[in-house]
Amino acid sequence: MGYFYLLLVLKLEALKPELGEQALLEKLANRDTNAIEAIYKENFKMARNFILSNNGDHDDAKDIFQEAMIVLYEKSRSENFTLTCQIKTFLYSVCRRLWLKKLQQSGQLTTLVEGMEETTGVEEDLELRQKENHDFAIMEKAMESLGEPCKSLLEAYYFEKKGMDEIAEQFGYTNADNAKNQKYKCMVRLKKIFFAQYNTGM
Amino acid sequence: MKEIQLLETIEKYLEGKMTESEIAWFDDLRSKTPEIDQLVVEHKLFDSKLHQYANQLQFKNELQAIHNRLVEEGEIQDMDASSTKAKVIRLWNKYKRVTAIAASIASITALVIYSLVSFFAPVAKMNDLQQLSKKIDQVQRNQQMQGAKIREFDSKIPSGYTITAGGTAFLIDGKGYLITNAHVIKGSGAVVIDNKGNEYKAKIIRIDQDKDIALLKIDDSDYKKYNSLPYSISKSNLDLGTEIFTLGYPKDEIVYNMGYLSARNGYNGDTSNFQISLNANPGNSGGPVFNNRGEIVGIISTRQAQAEGVVFAVKAKKIFELLSDLKADDPTYANIKMPTYTTIKNDNRVTQLKKVEDYIYLVKSYNSN
Repeated sequence: MGYFYLLLVLKLEALKPELGEQALLEKLANRDTNAIEAIYKENFKMARNFILSNNGDHDDAKDIFQEAMIVLYEKSRSENFTLTCQIKTFLYSVCRRLWLKKLQQSGQLTTLVEGMEETTGVEEDLELRQKENHDFAIMEKAMESLGEPCKSLLEAYYFEKKGMDEIAEQFGYTNADNAKNQKYKCMVRLKKIFFAQYNTGM
Repeated sequence: MKEIQLLETIEKYLEGKMTESEIAWFDDLRSKTPEIDQLVVEHKLFDSKLHQYANQLQFKNELQAIHNRLVEEGEIQDMDASSTKAKVIRLWNKYKRVTAIAASIASITALVIYSLVSFFAPVAKMNDLQQLSKKIDQVQRNQQMQGAKIREFDSKIPSGYTITAGGTAFLIDGKGYLITNAHVIKGSGAVVIDNKGNEYKAKIIRIDQDKDIALLKIDDSDYKKYNSLPYSISKSNLDLGTEIFTLGYPKDEIVYNMGYLSARNGYNGDTSNFQISLNANPGNSGGPVFNNRGEIVGIISTRQAQAEGVVFAVKAKKIFELLSDLKADDPTYANIKMPTYTTIKNDNRVTQLKKVEDYIYLVKSYNSN
């Protein structure tokens, strides 16, 4: 009986309109640490319970959940993004799809223990994400094969958004112009390596 | 040179930093020169991919940081805590009798096996295996060689004591708990030295000769605690061929080596160890064995005397066993907490080494004359 009561409560919770969620997602799109942490805290347990009760361990739960967070993040950044369901429902559905896929890939075809959460269609988001993951891996590999100091130099410029003067000082170039020259040379190399992979990968 | 200038112009164009007249000029140039037009399209794609990459990388790191913070604050759990207590009790009631019979058979078998093992095992071990701790003479020689160096003068080894053995140790808790081999700790006390040459006094907390593991605690007011460690300790077994690497102190400077798992078990099928193929030298004993993800999977202990590159490491699982034994004997150590997440999973090797080397120490154990 207690079980049904719990179900009822969960159902009601799910139907309650979440006023704060849209605002939370807007903050997520801007990579606001507090927003990410709030969503993380609120939903990780759910993903963990699901994966632990379906043949996974804690590390699996963490990997799958973080991947789902990235899907949500990318979705929140897309231009015509609207929230059609609760964040929890979305994350749960993504985790479920991802984990099912992983189980299938590893040849474990155990039946899933169903959670009580509702699910929503996430196929499109996941397909998009797969392409992104693919591109990410190519860029990562290209970056790795670039070697030093090119890698650090480009990271300082593109990731840490440092100015050329600062970079020149950090890497020991005599002036900003020389650093800039080197940056362009590195970028040309990175571009070559990236496209060599990217084009064959298409 | 020309290519660079062209790229600079394209970047300026794409970033919207051009004046209106410049844009008009460049648009004109694009329509007239298909090569440049092509280059602009290509660069735009590349630029978006690069930014996407940077963005995702930063988001991933942020997620990891948040995860670690929430674990530390106790907001989320970091262990596979068994949520099935009720089930265990049910099973226990059901199988009580069977368990009792099985236990008595097991204890008889265990006694027989123990007597057999203790009869056969030690003989082989002494002859064929070579412990990788530095022997007294070697350590002493090293000491003489650098006798002129300042840090030897204010060594924290008490006067009237001599060094008995040396090796490597690594932190398993930022509060100063270190793991090394039991055979490295031949004596009554130990000092540990970090890769920058700072020396700290260490207390011997526990030595388990069977597992060949010793737990030390840095007991020195100069030591600054770390809040977190970049690597984790992994309980899981490794697959053949898994790439591994190690850092240790075969000399007074930290040394890197890499290799692979060559057998799942140790010498003569010893299941508490595994075999790796890499070059290890005296002084590597007690050093951590990492996998590519930056998880510690073992502790380097011995090598086969007659064979090249056959090295044995104690499985990291044994560290967990040692700690749970310790905590059962003395609850004051219940606060030792091993790191469960590796934050260097996605880094390349050079970065990984940079991030972990500060947590790996040179150990010297000493005894009274």
